Amino acid sequence: MDEVIPVNVNGRAVEVPAGCTAAVALAIAGVDLARLSVSGTPRGPMCGMGICFECCATLDGRPHQRTCQAVCHPGMEIRTDADA
Amino acid sequence: MRTTSDIIIVGAGIVGAACARAFARDGLRVTIVDAAMIGGGATAAGMGHVAVMDDNPAQLALTHYSHQLWQELAAELPEDCEYDPCGTLWVAADDEELSAARQKLATLGNRGVRAELLDAQQLAEAEPQLRSGLAGGLLQGDDLIVYPPCVARYMIDQAREKGAELRLDSPVASLGGDHVLLADGTRLAAGHVVNAAGTAAVRLTPGLPICPRKGHLVITDRYRGFIRRELVELGYIKSAAGGATESVALNVQPRRTGQLLIGSSRQFGVESDKVEPAILGRMLRRAIEYLPGLARLSAVRSWTGFRAATDDNLPLIGPWPTVPGLYLATGHEGLGITTALATAELLADMLAGRKSKIPREPYLPERIHG
Amino acid sequence: MPTHERFEVLVVGAGPAGIAAACAASSGAKVGLIDDNPSPGGQIWRSGKPAAGDHRADHWLRQLSQTKLMRLYRTQIVAAPEPGLLLAEYEGEPVELSYDKLILACGARERSIPFPGWTLPNVVGAGGLQALVKAGLPVKGKRIVITGSGPLLLSVAAYARQLGAAVPLVAEQAAWYRVAGFGLQLLWLSPGKLWQGTGYRWSLRNTRYLTGCWPTAAHGSAKVESVTFQLGGQTWTEPCDMLACGFGLVPNLELPILLGCQVRDGVVVVDARQETSVPGVYCAGEITGVGGAELALLEGRIAGLAAIGNTRDAARYFTARGRGVRFAAALNRAFSLRHELRELPDDDTFVCRCEDVTHQRLQVLSSWRTAKLYTRCGMGRCQGRVCGPAAAFLFGWKHESVRPPLFPTTVETLAGLPTGEKRNHE
Repeated sequence: MDEVIPVNVNGRAVEVPAGCTAAVALAIAGVDLARLSVSGTPRGPMCGMGICFECCATLDGRPHQRTCQAVCHPGMEIRTDADA
Repeated sequence: MRTTSDIIIVGAGIVGAACARAFARDGLRVTIVDAAMIGGGATAAGMGHVAVMDDNPAQLALTHYSHQLWQELAAELPEDCEYDPCGTLWVAADDEELSAARQKLATLGNRGVRAELLDAQQLAEAEPQLRSGLAGGLLQGDDLIVYPPCVARYMIDQAREKGAELRLDSPVASLGGDHVLLADGTRLAAGHVVNAAGTAAVRLTPGLPICPRKGHLVITDRYRGFIRRELVELGYIKSAAGGATESVALNVQPRRTGQLLIGSSRQFGVESDKVEPAILGRMLRRAIEYLPGLARLSAVRSWTGFRAATDDNLPLIGPWPTVPGLYLATGHEGLGITTALATAELLADMLAGRKSKIPREPYLPERIHG
Repeated sequence: MPTHERFEVLVVGAGPAGIAAACAASSGAKVGLIDDNPSPGGQIWRSGKPAAGDHRADHWLRQLSQTKLMRLYRTQIVAAPEPGLLLAEYEGEPVELSYDKLILACGARERSIPFPGWTLPNVVGAGGLQALVKAGLPVKGKRIVITGSGPLLLSVAAYARQLGAAVPLVAEQAAWYRVAGFGLQLLWLSPGKLWQGTGYRWSLRNTRYLTGCWPTAAHGSAKVESVTFQLGGQTWTEPCDMLACGFGLVPNLELPILLGCQVRDGVVVVDARQETSVPGVYCAGEITGVGGAELALLEGRIAGLAAIGNTRDAARYFTARGRGVRFAAALNRAFSLRHELRELPDDDTFVCRCEDVTHQRLQVLSSWRTAKLYTRCGMGRCQGRVCGPAAAFLFGWKHESVRPPLFPTTVETLAGLPTGEKRNHE
């Protein structure tokens, strides 16, 4: 039985499988955009392996964290660029 | 491309580029030669800080004059030059440094340079990321920053619009006062030659009193608003002016991108351009001492560069007495960006037989022999 | 002082090569195994919902779990301050690692080719899709189109299908005769692989596999909604929820270069014992030449045994390694990238994604260095890992030297500052 844990995506509570990454939590929450590029275009995870930095979001208050490399913990706060 | 010009400039860094622009504006047929690209040497490695510095009267005169020229240039610089008048804030850690700040205020005031003394409280309000317990600071609100490689490119473009010719990827084998011999055998002739080759100037003109002074820099990810002005510790002056083999001093700059550029370090006698962890670490620890919040920010890149340093910390601008026709525009140490424009004007004045806006004697190369 | 660990043999990278090296070396030395992922397996054996019946992965991961060595996962190497010492970051804090012998098994990353729309959300790598799915990305019911080059496309497609995605198309840029020729070579060199290939064909029976086919543009506003493909001059548009594209693999050479290892033709030069030009530094796996898991295992074993001085046992694997190297060469030849891909970017297609530098701004420049200095291409967070290979393919630009930090790291780590926290050993 897969365990689920609660995380927070742009202020919304979301349940995700334990052990999944923050990038996956975004997808489960229906958020395609992790960040806006320097000229304002939408970006999301691309390489899945911590190389491209397109998946960066603010995790637990720290900006520029690669969501594809961050394993979710209960209560993790994930904030993306398009978060109003 | 022509092989005869009025003047050949060796070195397409910011100093050479400024000279090219000034000479071409004065109607001279200019050829610029560089071993590689435009602005790829110290021009690319430095911080792009344009600051009025008062370590000694000659330095103050040159930086003040040049700073005014930068302000005049501002309006026409393209976006990629990242012109930003963010100001410099000299940080005083204790009362002794605060007195030094007061002296600076007086000296700058005498020259009409805008500056404001801040007490501990005002400093904290101006830059909340600075640690508590500092004594105060001096704000030079008109100091500015640019992105030098793109400025050098712009100035060379300006020169070319007025007929200057550019030879890149053209290493120089030797030069004299009336010619430059390229490594590929091409001989370029001219009425005058300017050696603006930075740390490479010594190879081309033996006997120049120039030593390379290595510096390290680190740039962070984007943290807009972390600091508003370039923060420099008052001890920076000792580091730059002193002859210590190795020194670090706080110098952190907010780039327009939101990234923080962290310096500064100085080393004599090191040939390798490799990033050295020990001094890099010292430099970063110094920065963290003043800005504790820096510790957890993301550092994205580090690099090194070499400043062309002279014994008396003043550049060499003017004729090199032992080689008639040869002019020098080098030895700017950490003020190459700041004083590039004034350097160009002084040389252009000399070539045109005009009086300069500031006395040129302190920078004349003949002082070495005197 | 930062946390400091000492090893006789330190292995960097816990993919197949690193696992084999660590297991081999542990019989004769104190071994450390470091990887930036939370668990071992690298890319190809990434943990998560496993690939159906990957017995080799199961075997090796089990062997690793039974081997006595120190595991340092979620740890990223950022600098090599002096010979015998690496600086790493673990959860934002510096870790110093000293070693007598070093085995680098840094693996490879995907090559991305820029084309209009390639930066849209849900346009991911082919290996990228696999990594995201293994990390928990739900793909059931999603329409996923896969494109690029190489056998990886088929394994990713099959994997996505197994998890309930619809995979209407796999578009391989290589021409049919290249792929068919490779199929025949598989028969000679590795019959098992051919079977694996035909196994894919069954699970992908509802998937069109087109050769000589590549994407010309991805469309969508907030995310990808459709992709235009071309084949033989004809174009059509496929609707999709995701586009996975991978145009081959690029070895992760940054750490070997930083250490001063000789590199030639895009791979680290090693001798028969997998030792590099730097004494005591060995390399194994993709960084000595992209060649797949089997070859990586062999090279890892050889390196691990050589590092503990057991050249005699290492030599037993030389012949098998030779076969693997020949297979790898055939694979790389078959799937080499065609020149038409250079024409894909528009003027305003981003080549550098970190700093949004367009193709138009770059194509007038003459070198990687001028591109970096004048446009900031390659100066962003990925440190040129994505745009570097793209620019090399588009413009032929050679790359420069590598400086620390190898990955963005905290200022504190780079400063080598002390941490009071104890390290949790995995």
